[in-house]
Amino acid sequence: MPMNISVAGISKTYPAGNMALDGVTFDFNLNGIFSLIGKNGAGKTTLIRILSTQLLPTSGKASVNGLDVVNQAREIRELVAAVPQEARAVPWMTPLQTLTSYLMWRGYTHSRSMDMGKDVLRMLGMEKQENLKNRNLSGGQKRKVLVATALASEATLIFMDEPTTGLDFISRKELWDVLVSMKRNRLIILTTHYLEEAEELGDLIGIMNAGKMVGFGSLDELRGRVKFPLGIKIFNQGYKVPDHIGDVEQLSSNELQVYTTEEGAYGLVNDLLAKHIKFTVQEISLNTIFESVVNGSESGE
Amino acid sequence: MEVSPVNRNRGSQIYASILVNSLYAMINYPVTLISTLLAPLSILAVVTFASKGTLLPVAAEGALIMNMVSSGTSLQGDLSHLKNDMRLQDMIVSSPTGPGTYILGMALSEIVYSIPTLSILVIFNILFVKTTLIGAIIIFLDMATIFTFSISLGFLLSTFSSDIVQSWAFSGILSPILTTIPPVYYPISYIPLPYRYLAYISPTTYAAQIAQNAVGFADLPGGTVVIYWIILLSITVLFSYLALRRSRWREI
Repeated sequence: MPMNISVAGISKTYPAGNMALDGVTFDFNLNGIFSLIGKNGAGKTTLIRILSTQLLPTSGKASVNGLDVVNQAREIRELVAAVPQEARAVPWMTPLQTLTSYLMWRGYTHSRSMDMGKDVLRMLGMEKQENLKNRNLSGGQKRKVLVATALASEATLIFMDEPTTGLDFISRKELWDVLVSMKRNRLIILTTHYLEEAEELGDLIGIMNAGKMVGFGSLDELRGRVKFPLGIKIFNQGYKVPDHIGDVEQLSSNELQVYTTEEGAYGLVNDLLAKHIKFTVQEISLNTIFESVVNGSESGE
Repeated sequence: MEVSPVNRNRGSQIYASILVNSLYAMINYPVTLISTLLAPLSILAVVTFASKGTLLPVAAEGALIMNMVSSGTSLQGDLSHLKNDMRLQDMIVSSPTGPGTYILGMALSEIVYSIPTLSILVIFNILFVKTTLIGAIIIFLDMATIFTFSISLGFLLSTFSSDIVQSWAFSGILSPILTTIPPVYYPISYIPLPYRYLAYISPTTYAAQIAQNAVGFADLPGGTVVIYWIILLSITVLFSYLALRRSRWREI
C-alpha cells in the first residue's frame, strides 16, 4: 500500500514572528522518494518537521495515511523515522552502538537490535568500522551511520533532511544507492540542495519558495508545466535563430542554447538538418525547471 | 530491505537510554567514572578536614543527597547535549518512544552512572552513620524523592535550553543553590539566624533535615518533620508535573 501524505493550507509562524510556511497544500500516494527542493529558508525543514510530528503547525491540516499530525502524533510515530538536518552520530559511540540503541528506542530487544544493526552495517559495507568510534569515521561514513538508523528500522515513512550535505560526489553517490535500496515498500521524504540528487532520486519532486509549494509533480510533469521544456544546443557561428521560437542564450562565440517548445524544436531541428549544422537536443534539467518555477513564483507568474 | 512489523518492548526503550547515557560512556570512557566520584568526595573531604572529623557522619549522609541532586543537574546537561548538539531528541520524538519512557530511561541512566559513587558513599554511611532499619528506609525514601525532584527539574530545564553553553550556565547555578550552599553537608544550626531562613528556599534543605533527623543528627519535632515532607513532596510533584506536561517534547 502506498503511503498517503495530505497537506491542506499548512502555515507556520515561529514564536519569534518569522513565517516559515504560508498555506502549503499538496496530496499524494507514493512508495518511493519524494524530493523536496528549495533555496535556504524556503520552508523545507519546517514542513518535514511538522509531518514527522516534531513541530506544531500554526494553522492548516496535515495527515499521514489519514492520521492527523497534531492529534494523532502517537500513531504516526509508530510509522515514521527521521534523520534531522544537523543530526550527528554521538562521537564516542560506535556505529553498532548507535544503531543498536536507536533500534531499541524503536522497541526491539537488545539482541535483535544488535543483529539488525550488524546486518545493515554489512549491507552498507561498514562491517569493518562497526566497532570504531564514530568520531574516527569519515564524514560520509558518519552520515551513512545516521541514514542506517532509519534504514534498519521498520518505519514505512522516513524523513531525511539534507542527508548528503557536505559530502563529496562519490560519498553522495554511495548514499544514493542506499536510499534507492530503502525505498521499496516505503516512502522517503528527502530535502536536498543538490538538484541533480533530487532529479536522480525523486519519484515525485516538490519545489518550495518563500514558504509556498510552487511546483509539485514528477520530473516529466514539472517539465510539462514549464513554457520551454526542450533545450537545443547549436554549434555554429552566425546561425540566426528564427524569431519567437523561444529563449536564446549565447554560450560562446560558436555555441547557442535555445529553450523552446516541442513544436518549436521540430521546426528548428528541420532547419538545422537542412543546413547541416551540428546540434544536440535535450529535455531541460531540474536545474532549469527550478530556476523557471522559482523565478516565475517570485515575479508572480 | 523488507519492512517487518515489531512488537515494541518498553523495557528496551528504557534500556536504550541507559546504554547511551551511561553504559556506553562508561565502557568507552572509563575516565568519566573518576570525575563523577570526585565531586561528592571532595566536598566530603573538605568538610571532614575543616571540622577535624566531627562532621564526617553528617557530610557522608549529605554526600548521598548531593549525589542524587547531581544526577538531576547532570541529566539537564546530558539531555541538552543530546538534544541540541546531536539532534538525538528529534530522532526520538519521531519514533515510538514517548516522553515518559525517554525521561524514565534517562533518569535511570543517571542512577546507573552514579552507581560507583553511590557504592562508596553507602560504604561510608554504613561505617560512620549509625542508624536503625526505619532510619535507613526514611533516608532511602528521602533520596528517592529528592532524586525525582532533581531529574524533573533537569528535564524541564533541558527542554528550554537551546545550546550547551546555556546548559552549562544552568548547571553552574543549580549546583551551588541545591547542594554546596544549603546545609546538606553540615547542620543547619551552623548558619547564622537571619540567613538561616534563606536555606529553606532550597528543597535540598528539607531533604537534608529529614535525613539528619532520621539518624539523630538533628532533633526536629514530629510536626516539623511532617511539614518538611509535605513541602518536599509538593515541590517534587509540582516539578514532575511541569516536566511531563509543560516540557517541549514537540516544539511550538
